[in-house]
Amino acid sequence: MKTASKPPAALPPAAVGVPEVPRSAGRRNGGTWRRRLADQSRAYAFLIGGLLCFALFSWYPAIRAVVIAFQKYTPGSGGEWVGTANFTRVFHDPEFTAAWRNTLTFTVLALAIGFAVPFVMALVLNELRHAKAFFRVVVYLPVMIPPVVSALLWKWFYDPGAGLANEVLRALHLPTSNWSNGADTALVSLVIVATWANLGGTVLIYLAALQSIPGELYEAAELDGANIWQRVRHVTIPQTRFIILMLMLLQIIATMQVFTEPFVITGGGPEDKTVTVLYLIYKYAFLYNDFGGACALSVMLLVLLGVFSALYLRLTRSEGEDA
Amino acid sequence: MSTRTLVSPLTLARPRGRAAYWTVFSGVVLLFALAFLFPVYWMVTGAMKSPDEVTRTPPTLVPHHWHLSGYIDAWDLMDLPTHLWNTVVQATGAWLLQLVFCTAAAYALSKLKPAFGKVILGGILATLMVPTQALVVPKYLTVADLPVLHTSLLNSPLGIWLPAVANAFNLYLLKRFFDQIPRDVLEAAEIDGAGRLRTLWSIVLPMSRPVLGVVSIFALVAVWQDFLWPLMVFSDTDKQPISVALVQLSQNIQLTVLIAAMVIASIPMVVMFLVFQRHIIAGISAGSTKG
Repeated sequence: MKTASKPPAALPPAAVGVPEVPRSAGRRNGGTWRRRLADQSRAYAFLIGGLLCFALFSWYPAIRAVVIAFQKYTPGSGGEWVGTANFTRVFHDPEFTAAWRNTLTFTVLALAIGFAVPFVMALVLNELRHAKAFFRVVVYLPVMIPPVVSALLWKWFYDPGAGLANEVLRALHLPTSNWSNGADTALVSLVIVATWANLGGTVLIYLAALQSIPGELYEAAELDGANIWQRVRHVTIPQTRFIILMLMLLQIIATMQVFTEPFVITGGGPEDKTVTVLYLIYKYAFLYNDFGGACALSVMLLVLLGVFSALYLRLTRSEGEDA
Repeated sequence: MSTRTLVSPLTLARPRGRAAYWTVFSGVVLLFALAFLFPVYWMVTGAMKSPDEVTRTPPTLVPHHWHLSGYIDAWDLMDLPTHLWNTVVQATGAWLLQLVFCTAAAYALSKLKPAFGKVILGGILATLMVPTQALVVPKYLTVADLPVLHTSLLNSPLGIWLPAVANAFNLYLLKRFFDQIPRDVLEAAEIDGAGRLRTLWSIVLPMSRPVLGVVSIFALVAVWQDFLWPLMVFSDTDKQPISVALVQLSQNIQLTVLIAAMVIASIPMVVMFLVFQRHIIAGISAGSTKG
C-alpha cells in the first residue's frame, strides 16, 4: 500500500465516498478515508505550532491594526467605533507632516548614499586580487555590532565638545558642525550612522553579483575600445540591474521603518527634525496612550510599504523562475 | 580564480597598471581600516581611558594609562550579567522554538500535503509583504492580552519567543530546501517502517544541515540585534535584554563605563561572526543572487 502502486485511474476520489477530503490529498495513493484522516491529522500535528504563532502574531495583528485604526482604543476597556476620527486627528498633528517629511528625506538620502557608496566599494573590491577575505570581514563587521551600540557610538562621536567627528574636521582645518544637534544636520547625521552600520551586507551582495558577470563581456567591450567608465556603464550596470533594483526596494522598505537611530541619538529632536513615522507611532502608543492614532499611522505605513514589498516579491519570484 | 573582471589582467601586468593597482589597494586598506576598524578600536580603548582623558580635546590616540576599571564598573554598576543572561535566554529560546516549529511546519507543508496547505503557505508568504516594524503596536496589544487565554506575555521571554516563530522568511527557506529532497528517499524510509517524525529526524534533518545553520544564524542575530520590540515587551528593568538596558542606563552613567558596556554588548555577536564568518558571508552572497 505504501509503495507507488497507482490506484485505478478511472476511480475519482469521490467514488471512495470521502467528499470532505480535498483534492490535494487525493495524491496520496490508495488510501481509505480513515487513512487519509490519519495522514491529515499527522500533517496538522506538525503544522499546528507554527500555524498558531502565525495566526496570533502576524495575521491577527494585521487585521487588528485596521480595526483599531477606526476605534477609540485603550487596553483593557475594549474599542469604541469612531470612524475616521483617528485619521483626521493624526492628520492634523503638526508632527505628522514632520514625521513623513523626515522619513521620506531619510529614505531618499539613505538611498543616494546607501546605493552609491556600497556599489563603488564592491566595484573596487572586485578588482583587488589580495586580502579578499580581510575586506569582506572588515566591511561586514559594523553589521554585527548591535544597532543600539552603533547608535550610542556615533552619538559619542557627534558630541559637539569632545566628539571625534569634530576633532577630525578640526584636524583637516574644516569648520566644525553641530552634527546630530543641529537642526539642518541632524537627519544627515542619522543617515551616516545607518549607512555605516548597514552597508556591509549590501557590499557583499553586490560583490556576489559582480562575480557572476561573464568575463567575455568585458573582453568584448574592451576590444570595441570601451574605456573603464564605458565598461561600467554598458556592461556592469546593465548586468547587475536586477540586483540593484531589488536592493533599492529592500532599502526603501527598511529605511522607512527607521527607529533606533532617532530614538537613541536625537530623541526626535532638535525640535521635530528627526521624528520619523515609526517614532511617531511609538509616541502615540506609549506616550499619549492613543492606540487608535498609533494604528491609524501604522495602517498608512503598511499600505505604502506593502506596495514596495509586493513589487519586491514579484521581482524575486520572476527572477527565480528565470534562473 | 582568474576570471576576467572590469580591468583586464593584461593591463594589470604592465608596470603602470601594477603601480596603479598597489596604489588603489593600499588606499582601500587605509580607507577600510579608518572607516570600519578605527571606530571599533576607539570604542575598545576609549573604555580604558580615565574619565578625564576620554573627554579631553584633542583626544589621545592611545590611552596614557590603561584602566580596566571601566569594564569592571560596567559589569557591576550596569548589572551586565543579568542583562546578558536575559539576552541569551531570549535569543536561545527564540532560536530553539523557531527551529522546532518552523522545521515541523515546513516539513508538513513540503512533504505531508495537508489540506489547505497551499492556502496556509500563501498566508505565510503574504506576511512577507507586511513590514514587521509597522505592525509592532497591534502585535504589542496582542501580546499584552492574548486572545481566548487572556494572559499577558509582557515581561516574559515568551513575548520574544513565540512571535519569533512567525518568521515567514526562515520557514520559506526551510520549505524550499525540503522541496528539493527527493520523494524516493522519504518513501524508502517509510517502507523501512519509519514514521513521519522518525523520517524528519533521521533523514530530512541530517540532510538539511546547511539550511539549518543559516536559519540558526539569522534567528540568533535577529533577536540579539532587535531593539524596538524588546523595548515594548520588557518594562521591568531586570528583565530587559542588553540592548534595551544600554539605552535606558546610558543617561546617567559615566562615559567610560557606558563605552565599556557597549564593547561588552558587542562581543558575543562579533565573536560569533568571526567564528562563522565564512558561512555567514557565503549565506549573504548566495541568498541574494538566487533570490
